[in-house]
Amino acid sequence: MIKAILIFNNHGKPRLIRFYQYFSEDMQQQIIRETFHLVSKRDDNVCNFLEGSDYKLIYRHYATLYFVFCVDSSESELGILDLIQVFVETLDKCFENVCELDLIFHMDKVHYILQEVVMGGMVLETNMNEIVAQVEVQNRMEKSEGGLSAAPARAVSAVKNMNLPEIPRNINIGDINIKVPSLSPF
Amino acid sequence: MALKIVKGSIDRMFDKNLQDLVRGIRNHKEDEAKYISTCIDEIKQELKQDNIAVKANAVCKLTYLQMLGYDVSWAAFNIVEVMSSSKFTYKRIGYLAASQCFHESTDVIMLTTNQIRKDLSSPNQYDTGVALTGLSCFVTPDLARDLANDIMTLMSHTKPYIRKKAVLIMYKVFLKYPESLRPAFPRLKEKLEDPDPGVQSAAVNVICELARRNPKNYLSLAPLFFKLMTSSTNNWVLIKIIKLFGALTPLEPRLGKKLIEPLTNLIHSTSAMSLLYECVNTVIAVLISLSSGMPNHSASIQLCVQKLRILIEDSDQNLKYLGLLAMSKILKTHPKSVQSHKDLILQCLDDKDESIRLRALDLLYGMVSKKNLMEIVKKLMLHVDKAEGTTYRDELLTKIIDICSQSNYQYITNFEWYISILVELTRLEGTRHGHLIASQMLDVAIRVKAIRAFAVAQMATLLDNAHLLTGNTQRNGICEVLYAAAWICGEFSEHLENPMQTLEAMLRPKVATLPGHIQAVYVQNAAKLFATVLKGEEGNTDGTAAQEASQLMIDRLPLFVQSANLEVQERASCILQLVKYIQKLQQKDVEVAEEVDALFAGELNPVAPKAQKKVPVPEGLDLDAWINEPPSESESEDEQPKAIFAKEEPKHSRPRHTEVDEKELARRREARKQEQANNPFYIKASPSSQKVYQEAPGVEHIPVVQIDLNVPLKVPGLPMSDQYVKMEEERRQKERAEKKKKEKKKRKEKRSGRGKKHDSAPESEEDITPAHMVDIVTEEMPENALPSDDDERDPTDPHKALDIDLDRPLADSEKLPVRSHRAAEAQKSPTDGETENATLQEPKKKNSKEKREKKRDKERDRKKSKEEKKKKKHKHEDKEEDLLGGQADEPVLQSEETSQVAEPPTSSSTTAEVSDLDFWLSNAPVPSNTQEAATVAAAAPEPSVTAPDSEPDEPKDTEMEETKSSKHKKKKQKKEKEEKEKKKKKKHHHHHHHSDGAGEESVQNGTVEEEEPLPPMSNYCLLAENSYIKMMMEDAEEVYDIQGNLQDGSQVVVSVIFENKCSSFLKSMEFNVLDSLNSKLQRPEGSGPHDGLVVPFQLPPGVSNEARFVFTVQSIVMPQKLKGTLTFIVKNEDDSTHEKLDFKLHFTCTSYLITTPCYSDAFAKLLESGDLKSSSLRLEGVNMPFHHLLARICFHHHFSVVERIDSCASMYSRSIQGHHVCLLVKTSAQTVSIDAKCDEPTLLGNVLDEIKQTFSQC
Repeated sequence: MIKAILIFNNHGKPRLIRFYQYFSEDMQQQIIRETFHLVSKRDDNVCNFLEGSDYKLIYRHYATLYFVFCVDSSESELGILDLIQVFVETLDKCFENVCELDLIFHMDKVHYILQEVVMGGMVLETNMNEIVAQVEVQNRMEKSEGGLSAAPARAVSAVKNMNLPEIPRNINIGDINIKVPSLSPF
Repeated sequence: MALKIVKGSIDRMFDKNLQDLVRGIRNHKEDEAKYISTCIDEIKQELKQDNIAVKANAVCKLTYLQMLGYDVSWAAFNIVEVMSSSKFTYKRIGYLAASQCFHESTDVIMLTTNQIRKDLSSPNQYDTGVALTGLSCFVTPDLARDLANDIMTLMSHTKPYIRKKAVLIMYKVFLKYPESLRPAFPRLKEKLEDPDPGVQSAAVNVICELARRNPKNYLSLAPLFFKLMTSSTNNWVLIKIIKLFGALTPLEPRLGKKLIEPLTNLIHSTSAMSLLYECVNTVIAVLISLSSGMPNHSASIQLCVQKLRILIEDSDQNLKYLGLLAMSKILKTHPKSVQSHKDLILQCLDDKDESIRLRALDLLYGMVSKKNLMEIVKKLMLHVDKAEGTTYRDELLTKIIDICSQSNYQYITNFEWYISILVELTRLEGTRHGHLIASQMLDVAIRVKAIRAFAVAQMATLLDNAHLLTGNTQRNGICEVLYAAAWICGEFSEHLENPMQTLEAMLRPKVATLPGHIQAVYVQNAAKLFATVLKGEEGNTDGTAAQEASQLMIDRLPLFVQSANLEVQERASCILQLVKYIQKLQQKDVEVAEEVDALFAGELNPVAPKAQKKVPVPEGLDLDAWINEPPSESESEDEQPKAIFAKEEPKHSRPRHTEVDEKELARRREARKQEQANNPFYIKASPSSQKVYQEAPGVEHIPVVQIDLNVPLKVPGLPMSDQYVKMEEERRQKERAEKKKKEKKKRKEKRSGRGKKHDSAPESEEDITPAHMVDIVTEEMPENALPSDDDERDPTDPHKALDIDLDRPLADSEKLPVRSHRAAEAQKSPTDGETENATLQEPKKKNSKEKREKKRDKERDRKKSKEEKKKKKHKHEDKEEDLLGGQADEPVLQSEETSQVAEPPTSSSTTAEVSDLDFWLSNAPVPSNTQEAATVAAAAPEPSVTAPDSEPDEPKDTEMEETKSSKHKKKKQKKEKEEKEKKKKKKHHHHHHHSDGAGEESVQNGTVEEEEPLPPMSNYCLLAENSYIKMMMEDAEEVYDIQGNLQDGSQVVVSVIFENKCSSFLKSMEFNVLDSLNSKLQRPEGSGPHDGLVVPFQLPPGVSNEARFVFTVQSIVMPQKLKGTLTFIVKNEDDSTHEKLDFKLHFTCTSYLITTPCYSDAFAKLLESGDLKSSSLRLEGVNMPFHHLLARICFHHHFSVVERIDSCASMYSRSIQGHHVCLLVKTSAQTVSIDAKCDEPTLLGNVLDEIKQTFSQC
């Protein structure tokens, strides 16, 4: 069983936390802190396992992010390492060259992807193509549900995501013409 | 409308979404908390709005804040609202939030049951998927109980995506609701052979998790897993299975034998390191389980060790680490094969990775022998010097001590060497383990008597150079060593060469800077040394040395008398007075040495650490009981200030000390000795400890004196252990030479005989004789020590409840609870309907709890619990009686009946299983399907239709008095039971179906109550059957409408059970229905209107499985009949044929009705409204009690009783499209008249027809 999945950056800022057993919020934060403390002081060229009494920490370090899986003895260490790789590659496919910013701004989407990989602490799917396919179908569903009503919101969020200085006063997105009165409130 | 939505969402644009929140937080780095608190206020505002999109957005943001550590449980209700949105987008957000922050004590979870159930049965697989994923994170015992059946049905869903999720979540359900394990297990087992690899993998996953905790219950699955292992190519599945076998082999060594070969093959063939590693691990487990009694598996061990060596030599640190880990497992049983790789492991000590070094250290611990101990420790000492970072150095230190002291210093041949190692270790800076070294020194000095002289000399040097140890820091943990040194020097002072010098060292002013407890030991042992000095000087006539000693004591002790530490102060002042007295005596030339020495006479023996714990508590002694009356609160407060004056106490006691004269002391001592001699709890010198150091015969003795010459003891801080290593080697060489000589002699003597024996036998373990007789004094234990208790499993472990025998056939009482209609039925008095409803919830829970207990009892010892069960059942009965007016008498009896009757097959079938396994294990090398064969054999002669007379036995016979008829019924039940036994091997859900006559379209519908074990009313009716296959329809079990998503069509889910009746394999099943204008089978996108649906499974012989099909129904006012065909391929060993089976699906109008409770006031309003058309029906010759009649209508036609007065009752139901149907049922003599009202006359007419038909059948 996987007990918890934590993603945090090189400074210990959580980017995704997923506990498969209940802990209070304070406890969760403490666990993140302690895990970060343990993991961050390890060099990149040492092994990726940390053993406690009941649980093992298995982690991988990618650029600015740590992906940490806390598992019990029923999981294979190398298997979990592979799983982390699959998960990250899936993220890469879904976000097209994933970077920390994707995880920061789309925590919900990362969760949805993770849900197709691990469910309730047990590994659901290890085939990347299958995972990506399921995620995409669900994203399409979400888009089609959004339909007309979501269009303005999407447009606005697109505007918000642009770099402010480069935004012209009047922009055309699709056929909806939105006049942006003032950018300051955003 | 659309415009409005657009407008709403334009307003929404100005709400913050998740991205804005994140951006905002990033822009407010300095006042993050403040910013977030304003955001939370905004979110609270958003949650108050009606727009679900706004709410969902707010909940999404909350999920993010939860990650940052904010408690968002206050929004739990809003999360539930978002979860119940009909849009997938929002539903997903809701479930995600719920899975992040709901837990067992979240009370709103209770509200979610129906929503989750609705989502689980949604026609959109992603709704179901999202619900399953969410549920897996927050499932509670109540949810598990209520939804177990729904999830179990999903295990046979047409979509593999849902099947795999449903299979996985079952594990969580089992954990929370262990009763579900047995009923669900057969289906779970089936999923091991699911055509979809994902589902298969999920099933393997779940069973592995289950088996890991209670492996013995899953041994019977070994053949199946074996088959999977040899056939599967999915590494993930293989790893799980192989790990599972690792857990199973200790229970069944024969299994191990079978595994070795395929595992070795895998080891040779696989390229995946993860798989290779798990294979090696399991082979090791097998070898451990086989370690005794098996001829020779050295080849396998060699293979493993060799593969592990490759792993360890790999540049990948992970492989290296795991290799070492696995190596340590081999070490336990086959140390020799690991020891040959000592070089590699010592090399790992130099690795840059600390975890690898620690692993290597662990390995070394197991690798030492008498021969290599010194060498290994020498290497470790080098590492200690090099090591950076105190943690690793401390780890090294403890490892060195562990390695040396393991199993009672088994591997130490030279204790002088060990003492010098310990002394060298004291030079470690900043170690935390001073006390560890100290305790080792004490232990060795006390237990190895021969070493005392040497130890004392070393300790004296340490004391002399104490400043080196304490030099830098006060908190230095190493000064603990001085505690040991002082004690050893004092206690064994007779071995000291120059006690005076040591005494001086112990009384230096600097000592006062040491921690209190060490000072106390110093003071006490200074007194011992003083006694020794006096004794040594006794012969001398001038006695100046003795007087010098006294003077020294008198000069130095006042320093300690002023100590802030109570212990030091007390001891010092005591001893100071004593010495002053002695000095007086000395001046008078009185011989005092004898008496002073007597103060410390006697020897201390080592006592096992556990000894105190093991002393049995004498009978009648209650340690917790108060001896006196407990002090009152105020008294205990009074006690505290005393502590402040505690320091004064010694001063008061001082005069008393001087008054005690020596004779009195001696007398008292004598008396104490006497008393101790008679006291069984005082640990006396045991005869064994009297054995003073003896020389083993024939072994060359190196006298201590000789060592003193070789090693300059007085130079501190010089590594001496090396010299001992050299000496030891020399000694061993000498020994060998000696031996050879002896052997030569022997050979000479025995030349005539068979003298060709040992030519040059390599030095073996046993040949190394220790330099000292290591007659280690064993630690003492009280005579009647209790045997150590085994740790029991944690009683809170949830897996304990899952220790369930799975091979026992299912009893009827073990069915999973299904949605019940009882709540409505019980609503007898409409006036207090609501309160009753509320109270009804509670006893139900209680009942189920009771049941759980009951079941556990059963598990524990079935025989014994029979009586208890009866009792409990009676209790259970009483409760139901109270609430439901005496109903349920009969069902209880029935269940009792079942459990009793079900017992005999239990034993027989389990033995059958076991013997199957035995057969598989002992016999054929190829896995055989004996089990399946057995099931086929048992299932074949099974009668498809059973006693028709069971029909009148209604399970819902409420308010049945305990009359003769119940007795009569008992008999009948028994008969039925017997028949059932014959087909006990059948799959469990067949128990539902067995009463209906063959083939008739059944109007029966509804669900079976948990409490009633033998429902003659069936969920399932036979759809069609031929010699190959049988189809049974669970008729419109899940009916629901999706008002928002489809315009006005409703959907009906039909569950069909396919059962393979022949002995061939059935595959490629296609289910097709000729659509009518009104009803259409839902087909996957892209398929034509006449295409069949592929049934998502294959049927091995004797197996049945369930598939669900969704139909869209336009109008529900008329009953529907749909013609359909099932085509399939019958595959025999040599040929396969196409077969088909025609059937008719019958949708009755009542199957569109949903049992909906209705209160009498609402009912009255409805009737008054005048919108309803009426119709009526008369039934003649109905010969049954009124409540039976009502129960029937409720059960078969999904009505609920609104109100009942004598022989008149009003009933209500609602269709899936919202039609109200009201009945007024009256009875007089044998005539029943039903007046009905409904807003749809056609529907009403059809429903009434169906009711008529129901009663005409009986």
